[in-house]
Amino acid sequence: MTTLTAARQGTAADAVGGVVPSVVAMPGSVDEVASVLRSAREQGHAVVPVGGRTKTGWAAPPARCDVALDLTGLSRVVEHTAGDLVVVAEAGVRLEALQEQLAGAGQMLALDPPEPGATLGGIVSANASGPRRLRYGTVRDLLIGVTVVLADGSVAHSGGKVVKNVAGYDLGKLYTGAHGTLGVVVQTTWRLHPLAPARGAVVVPVPDRAQAGRLAQLVSRSTLTPSAVELAWGSGQGQLVVLFESIPESVEAQSEAALALLGGGDRVEQVPGWFGRRPGGADDLVLRLAYEPFALPAVLEALGDAQVTASTGTGVAYAALPAQAGAAALPGLRAALAPYDGSAVVLHAPEAVRAGLDHWGPVGDAFPLMQRVKDRFDPERRLSPGRLLGGL
Amino acid sequence: MTVTDPGPAAVQAPGRTAELASRLARTLGADRVLTDPAQLRTYECDGLASFRVQPGVVVLAGSRSDVVETVRLCAELGVPFVARGSGTGLSGGAMPVAEGVLIVLSRLRAILSVDPDNARIVVEPGVINLWVTREATPHAQAYAPDPSSQQVCSIGGNLAENAGGAHCLKYGFTVNHVMGAEVVLPDGDVVHLGGTAPEHPGYDLLGAFVGSEGTLGVATKITLRVVQVPESVQTMLVGFRTVEDAAGAVSDIIAAGILPAAIEMMDALAIEAAEAAVKCGYPAGAVAVLVIELDGPQAEVDAQFAQVEGLVAARSAFETRIAQDAGERALMWKGRKSAFAAVGRISPAYMVQDGVIPRTQIGEVLGEIGRLADEAGMRVANVFHAGDGNLHPLILFDDAVPGSSHQAEELGFAILQLCIDKGGSITGEHGVGVEKKSKMSEQFTDGDLDTMQLVRCAFDPDGLANPGKLFPTPRLCGERPGPRTAADDAVRTATYGEVF
Repeated sequence: MTTLTAARQGTAADAVGGVVPSVVAMPGSVDEVASVLRSAREQGHAVVPVGGRTKTGWAAPPARCDVALDLTGLSRVVEHTAGDLVVVAEAGVRLEALQEQLAGAGQMLALDPPEPGATLGGIVSANASGPRRLRYGTVRDLLIGVTVVLADGSVAHSGGKVVKNVAGYDLGKLYTGAHGTLGVVVQTTWRLHPLAPARGAVVVPVPDRAQAGRLAQLVSRSTLTPSAVELAWGSGQGQLVVLFESIPESVEAQSEAALALLGGGDRVEQVPGWFGRRPGGADDLVLRLAYEPFALPAVLEALGDAQVTASTGTGVAYAALPAQAGAAALPGLRAALAPYDGSAVVLHAPEAVRAGLDHWGPVGDAFPLMQRVKDRFDPERRLSPGRLLGGL
Repeated sequence: MTVTDPGPAAVQAPGRTAELASRLARTLGADRVLTDPAQLRTYECDGLASFRVQPGVVVLAGSRSDVVETVRLCAELGVPFVARGSGTGLSGGAMPVAEGVLIVLSRLRAILSVDPDNARIVVEPGVINLWVTREATPHAQAYAPDPSSQQVCSIGGNLAENAGGAHCLKYGFTVNHVMGAEVVLPDGDVVHLGGTAPEHPGYDLLGAFVGSEGTLGVATKITLRVVQVPESVQTMLVGFRTVEDAAGAVSDIIAAGILPAAIEMMDALAIEAAEAAVKCGYPAGAVAVLVIELDGPQAEVDAQFAQVEGLVAARSAFETRIAQDAGERALMWKGRKSAFAAVGRISPAYMVQDGVIPRTQIGEVLGEIGRLADEAGMRVANVFHAGDGNLHPLILFDDAVPGSSHQAEELGFAILQLCIDKGGSITGEHGVGVEKKSKMSEQFTDGDLDTMQLVRCAFDPDGLANPGKLFPTPRLCGERPGPRTAADDAVRTATYGEVF
């Protein structure tokens, strides 16, 4: 089948990690994506998929970017079977648009990444998640099927359209967080959840690090089932938000129980503005951290004066630091996190500190195996080359 | 039926197995290495007893270094190996390879650490599933995945098969509860995938490893996540006069926005079997029963439980029993969890399948399974995880009748084909193993399978780890699939190239 894909010259506005593509290809179908990748193979071009462009500054910049593959033209919600709580949607569908459609059936995709405008393909490729990962998990827990176009232009599926399925390797997990280095995600199938009829939160001031850890742990070890427990932290103090989503009587009972458990606080209808957002601005160094959840006080100590939002139940946090000082402090921070199996990944770095910055940090003993996986999927290193750690 | 499938990488020269056995005996100690055919016979099958192959050597690993030594030697001599836990698998995943090595991990059963603050438990692969919850219980925590064999199955096996269980409707599968694994790769190298933190930079190789059915390596240490025990658990047993009513009730509960911890269904024949075996006291005259369990905060469970009572009543449930205490709950579950074994008491033999369908199609698919069974002149008992559409049809047959096992297998495959046609899967929790590998080509294209093979080749280029499982046709890692059709080449000319 011959298809002609729309394309245009790349401009500065199309840059990925500061690298301007020669061409922006704008396929409108999976077949067109496949044909772009076959052409790229023919011509030895490097291809970097982009969607909502909310995370093109994340991770390491690509070593080469001949073609930016703009997937926003793949914007169909292919199938929503409400009775099965399953949706199939193309990679270029924006999460907000999908949520709006699903809400009509009283359902949602239980992902709430802090980047408005993100597409499903980008969310999968960057493994983006938000506060409610505590209750619903992340992409790897919700993605039940995926279609990718590989470096040679062939189309491959894994998983399926049913919530329970162990047939074959679950390659959706491998593509999740791979930043487009193994294949181009073109279609996704998701497990959905019912929208909760009621929602409410408890907000508690946190005077110091030790108390942050103590309060977080009280909630984690209780029988409460919050959707999220989020801490905003800065200048040595913070605010803890415990979000409940359930039927009204359970939101009521759990909120009261949380107040008693935490020894105070306020019940609020709306979560504070910082909830579900990343701290920091264009001039800051912004990090995503992961660590053993009980290590929260030690992590806050290691972060010093940073502005932090932390998902306390899961052990994931975002931190924003002044760029120069943050870049200098990064190796020490990573060393401080190491005892807690911790990592600190650079999401955003201002131009001034980007040179020589180690975006990903230390790599474990599985790195050679990761390289072998990359070599099998993309032996010519043409898919988002260098975006992932160690030049993957 | 006894199938002798040596697998693609079967050793060409048995002499290498003999050399391997003697070198292993020197390194690990003779008591850890079995070569006596009488002893080897114990290990010739797993829970899928219709497939049997006698291994060349059995290694009773006592430590990680035993596993490393064995795998390294296998790599050196090009001998295939298969890891085995408790041997309860139902797809033949732990069936040995003829002349190959079977690495038995059931002696690696130490609980290495219990960390209630971080909700992590680290275990060796031979640790029994239920032991994890036993360790967690004093801290008001539990290990969620609960396959029916949880009193005997091992965590290593659970990891290999991505085991499920009744409560994965709400809590997810093994893969959602494994945080990290120490893995001996097929070349003998040891790597650490995942860890104790929730995320790690780089590829999620752990996600690919869990459920890979022993084809990517051997896990020697596993970090699990445990959950807090819920404040309230309520269980009901509901009897229906028709399968359609029971299936309709399942859809109604899901459609009401309720996510129960479990919804299990049994049909008349399964009920009859369970009743005969364990006297579970299920409602007399029921054509279908549902076991429905809700858990969570008290207020939520109370309200939703009442709502479920209304929903099943609206579907003409003729008897609804509510467990008043843990003893009554256990009895309700006993009928369900013993159903497979119970069927073995009302039939000389049976074969269990493990298909998945979209959960809204349960009533229709059960009707079609009934028609297929009638056509084949066989009886099928249905026991399954209704909430997530995971069917376990139990095909009854008399193995004394020549050809009957083949006929049962044919019926099983017809049911799996039905699941595929409905947009489902050939396995929800038992794995593909040796039993269903031929059906993989029905569910996936060659291109899909080639892509999975890329992962296999990255981990195990020589194809030594559990060869002959999961994939329908073995492929050597050197063979890179090229352009698949002539049409592919024609397409290359068209595209973005014009801007250059």
